[in-house]
Amino acid sequence: MAYSFDFSSLLDYTPVLVDGVATTVALTAVSTVLGVALGIGGAAARTSSVKPLAVVVGAYVELIRNTPFLVQLFFIFFGLPSLGIRLAEWQAAVLAMVINLGAYSTEIIRAGIEATPKGQIEAGASLGMTGPQIFRYVVLGPAMAKIWPALTSQIVIVMLGSSVCSQIAAEELSFAANFIQSRNFRPFEVYFLATALYLALAVGLRWIFSLMGQRMFAKGVSRA
Amino acid sequence: MLNFTLWDILSNLLLAARWTVLLSLIAFVSGGIAGLLLLVARVSPVPPLRIAAKLFIEVFQGTPLLMQLFIVFFALPLIGIETTAWTSAALALTLFTAAYLAEIWRGCVEAVPKGQWEASASLALNFGEQMRHVILPQALRIAVPPTVGFSVQVVKGTAVTSIIGFVEVTKAGTMITNATFQPFLVYGLVGLIYFALCYPLSLSAKALERKLNVAR
Repeated sequence: MAYSFDFSSLLDYTPVLVDGVATTVALTAVSTVLGVALGIGGAAARTSSVKPLAVVVGAYVELIRNTPFLVQLFFIFFGLPSLGIRLAEWQAAVLAMVINLGAYSTEIIRAGIEATPKGQIEAGASLGMTGPQIFRYVVLGPAMAKIWPALTSQIVIVMLGSSVCSQIAAEELSFAANFIQSRNFRPFEVYFLATALYLALAVGLRWIFSLMGQRMFAKGVSRA
Repeated sequence: MLNFTLWDILSNLLLAARWTVLLSLIAFVSGGIAGLLLLVARVSPVPPLRIAAKLFIEVFQGTPLLMQLFIVFFALPLIGIETTAWTSAALALTLFTAAYLAEIWRGCVEAVPKGQWEASASLALNFGEQMRHVILPQALRIAVPPTVGFSVQVVKGTAVTSIIGFVEVTKAGTMITNATFQPFLVYGLVGLIYFALCYPLSLSAKALERKLNVAR
């Protein structure tokens, strides 16, 4: 059996692919910002002295980390409407990604926070800083510098994981690939190209984050 | 209209969970074997092997599991192999697991002090003997907790195979939802089943890590 590859038929669908890539990038960007913010809040809560808060956040982290993203997405998109919460596809996708990344980054950032030497916190307190001030100015910066590579990997994983959002018809890159192969009947070529685009996005994302890391953490903080 | 009791739903989900467990086991075992070969290639003294292994790992870690599944599903027929959801799911998950495990284990091999390589080389052991008798036994010790931890990712990865039509617990959940119109309950239960499978693995990974840190 000889199969002749034909990538040229994909050219007609360039706008669809561009839209797909743009949506994947947008989904990733929004959920990275919100998810990391949630992670910082979660890590602060988990390391705080308020016991119930730490326990609730701990349960959230374990629940999310031990269930598949696809099931979380289905639960949000198909399950929540019975509670009267009806979300558009992209809203459900963003919410699921934020909740997912929030849990993982809580755990990652917590590891960074716990690596802060006690003497630094005491030094902050002796300068008359309040708890939140110590967290903001003493603990958080070095913690983020330490865990930046791990956080980057997690964000890449979330970006790649967003491909399953095609299943709730969020029109990102995988959705575009599904759409195209249902039109031109060239599934191998389409998925090959989409995979290559994801690889390029992953490489690009890592590169951007390493640049950001160098910019933000180069001065005064040793990079572990 | 038919009525479904909670037990109807739960028992069918649990029956489907067998396939989640079986697929996870297959992927983990065969992925472990493939990962070991990949690891040896990745740290071998032969540059082309090293580069090929590195490339394989980069590609599988830099692309979505869903795309890997689709490519396996649609590419195998091109070389004349009939695919079913089973075979493509097992093959794609094996390759995915191999790439991640090889990378995890590479870290463990690199954690073995260089002196061990040099000492074993000075005893005239060749690369295979060094790996077999000196490096891997030491690397294995530190490799256990992250490997157990990664098994959680494998179990969760099997959920994605529902998209190519493999009937495991997520797919069963979708089918049951279509019959009962109770997505909140069904997907909630599906999530709990995954949690019941994964949480013990996460806990034991953490416990193993703690034990290892104490021993050191």
